[in-house]
Amino acid sequence: MSERTIVHSSELVVRGLTKRFGVTDVLRGVDLTVGEGTLAAVLGPSGCGKTTLLRIVAGFDTADSGEVAIGGRVVAGPRDALPPERRRVGVVPQEGALFPHLSVAGNIAFGLPRKRRGTARVAEMLDLVGLGGYGDRMAHELSGGQQQRVALARALAPDPALVLLDEPFSALDTGLRASVREDVRQALRTAGATAVLVTHDQQEALSMADLVAVLSGGRVVQAAAPADLYAAPHDLDVATFVGEAVVLDAVRRDDVAECALGTLPVRLGGAAGPRGTVVLRPEQVVVGPRGSGVPARVAEVVFFGHDALIRLDLPGSVPVTARTQGAPPLLADEEVGLSVAGAVSFFPAR
Amino acid sequence: MSSDLTVAPSTAPPGAPARPAAPRARRHGLPLGLLLPACLAAVVALLPLAYLAVRASERGLGTVLEVLLRERTALLVLRSLGLAAAVTAVCLVLGVSLAGLVVRTRLPGRRVWAVLVALPLAVPSYVAAFAWLSLFPGFGGFLGSTLVLSLCCFPYVYLPVAAALERMDPAHEEVSRSLGLGALRTFLAVTVRQVRPAAAGGGLLVALYVLSDFGAVAILRYDVFTRVIYTSYRSSFDPTPAAILACLLVAITVVIVWGENRSRGRAGYARLGGGAARQRRRVALGAWTAPALAWCVGVVALALGVPFAALAYWLTRGSSAGFDGAELGAAALATLGVSALGALAAVALAVPVGVIAARYRGRVPRLLEQAAYAGHALPGIVVALSLVFLAVRYARPVYQEVPILVLAYAVLFLPAAVAAVRASVAQSPPALEEVARSLGRTPGGVLRSVTVPLAGPGVAAGAALVFLTCMKELPATLLLRPTGMETLATKLWSQTEIGAYAGAAPYAAALILLAALPTFLLGRRWVPEEKEDAT
Repeated sequence: MSERTIVHSSELVVRGLTKRFGVTDVLRGVDLTVGEGTLAAVLGPSGCGKTTLLRIVAGFDTADSGEVAIGGRVVAGPRDALPPERRRVGVVPQEGALFPHLSVAGNIAFGLPRKRRGTARVAEMLDLVGLGGYGDRMAHELSGGQQQRVALARALAPDPALVLLDEPFSALDTGLRASVREDVRQALRTAGATAVLVTHDQQEALSMADLVAVLSGGRVVQAAAPADLYAAPHDLDVATFVGEAVVLDAVRRDDVAECALGTLPVRLGGAAGPRGTVVLRPEQVVVGPRGSGVPARVAEVVFFGHDALIRLDLPGSVPVTARTQGAPPLLADEEVGLSVAGAVSFFPAR
Repeated sequence: MSSDLTVAPSTAPPGAPARPAAPRARRHGLPLGLLLPACLAAVVALLPLAYLAVRASERGLGTVLEVLLRERTALLVLRSLGLAAAVTAVCLVLGVSLAGLVVRTRLPGRRVWAVLVALPLAVPSYVAAFAWLSLFPGFGGFLGSTLVLSLCCFPYVYLPVAAALERMDPAHEEVSRSLGLGALRTFLAVTVRQVRPAAAGGGLLVALYVLSDFGAVAILRYDVFTRVIYTSYRSSFDPTPAAILACLLVAITVVIVWGENRSRGRAGYARLGGGAARQRRRVALGAWTAPALAWCVGVVALALGVPFAALAYWLTRGSSAGFDGAELGAAALATLGVSALGALAAVALAVPVGVIAARYRGRVPRLLEQAAYAGHALPGIVVALSLVFLAVRYARPVYQEVPILVLAYAVLFLPAAVAAVRASVAQSPPALEEVARSLGRTPGGVLRSVTVPLAGPGVAAGAALVFLTCMKELPATLLLRPTGMETLATKLWSQTEIGAYAGAAPYAAALILLAALPTFLLGRRWVPEEKEDAT
């Protein structure tokens, strides 16, 4: 099996995928391209069809129409679909799903051709996920985080063209989640694998992925690098789903928009239209001393430790939220002045 | 009947999103390697019933009506249903009360009671009937049959109700109490409601058992369907009336099985979150301790004490009455042999059906599973009769040979085997098989390397259960056994029939020993491995 060591192109291309369960259209034409070696996150609320998309790519479900190609080879098309075992797609399911009757090493070796099972590959994969020496353990002797890492090692062992991860961290508790996330990201990087991570957690998507695709209403509404997605959301829904947002009515004039926070520069691009809304992030709202900008009054301060959210009442407008580093030296009912740093996004009224 | 019918969660705990109801079971792509053997199993399961219907209608509608409209037939229906109703009622009272005491109170010695009250399941009804009749000559009739069958059958209610009580999330009752309902009202409004499906399912099993029971009513000389079918077949040269009565009996049992399925189907249980249900506190009995203990002692004394006393009495008497050890050994060997073959045949037929039932959805899988469950509605005497007719007409060489007996066992116990296979396959999540596919295994390879190894222990336990059930089987063995071959059950039967109680006792003892094994294990499984709560 020496051709397995040759680097295959492993770009994932999904075109016009649709799927209907009974009367529900779960996917309504999903388009997604994930470049080779990219870690993409498919982000969406519960029930948006993320898992269905992943199952179709893996070959566990069939699409009603559309096409899936991996490394230029169509694995699911209008006519027929390649069975999962011939797609070279590794899968890390939600709860790991380690084979309970096999040891850790047995799990990792499961997908290897018979003659490679006893070789260094298993040890290599264990080292990759930081579990060297755990080969003889049984699945139930591992912690949740370790099980997930073994599941990843098992998926990576046969050198798949693509790895799919289905909410792999949601079963872990918060403290563990961050460290396992980082381990998994490192392992995927080291292996150079193309990977698609499905999650409903926007923090997870933004912090782990090179590319975040927001799935909503059965379609990919925006796919972009995390920073771009956060700074320049494609529409109001994406803006409010990805991170916290300050949403204000506005009137646009050329490159600026007038709203309750004053006249603000609008990020280039986007549809034109005189009336609509502006969206900015709470950390763009700068809270200054009284008289320094738009006058406002502190309604409430919510302290989180590393940062704090300040709810501010503005005359003649909906309240606005600002984010500060650490604890702000502010009291409720204090009068302050607001200004805005950076450009904002403008979305014309529909 | 699908285990995937769990209600979609309406409220999700934070951090764990409600999954979209993605269908985890596959809809299509039923591989031929599974489909063909499963179809064979379905045909085998339906064969006796189909042939019986053919045979019953052979002499024309006139004969059918003539037999059905006899006054005696109507009486027979009334007697059978009356006995089933009486036994079911007694079993519900015994089973629910004992389950409540054992699971939910601090009954002294509750772990011992938990095993003891499950044990009567190990006393074959005809052995119990033999015991009562041998100790109290003239015992029998409606009351005698009701007593004996109730004492044998109440574990069918006790076991599921105890399990349901054990499984119940104490949170429901705690919520009810916090909403202002007292202990008794909570018990009635919450506990009983949740246990009702289990009790109903158990009760229907009892009714089914009574309708298909042959040995006890035959020994106690109470003329219900099975006994009349047997005597009518034995005493007449015309088998048609027996076939017609058998069809009528099947019709009645089908109605009951249908009812049982309905009651099971509605017994939904949804629990959110990964955490296991907490251990509940047990109720202190206080002044009720003595009556509660007396109740348990009384039931166990009648259900276990009487049979054992009878056995002890006749065994000590029997040693002087010249007991033939070689004969017992031969019967035991024959029993082991045909039972092992029966268990193998049943499980071999059950594996494809069980895997399909656990992993595939749609009309074909459902039909296959239902066909395999046909034996559930077929009393042993009916299957035996049908296979006798079939063999006499089309397979003379195997008539009263081992293969036809093994076939009867396979038909009768296919449901138990399918249930075992299905449950043990369904236990492991389908995600395991999907992962195996994505790691390059073909469907057949997945079956070999994942499904079967994981389900193996459960299937083996199912096979053992079928094996032991075969050993106890009486009516089919009686009609179909090779000429000259005696099993433990038939030997007990023939000795009792001629009043040779001392001669029957060793066979009864051997049967109870064999049958006690799985019941003991079953009983232990229901007793939780928990620490007594320290309050």
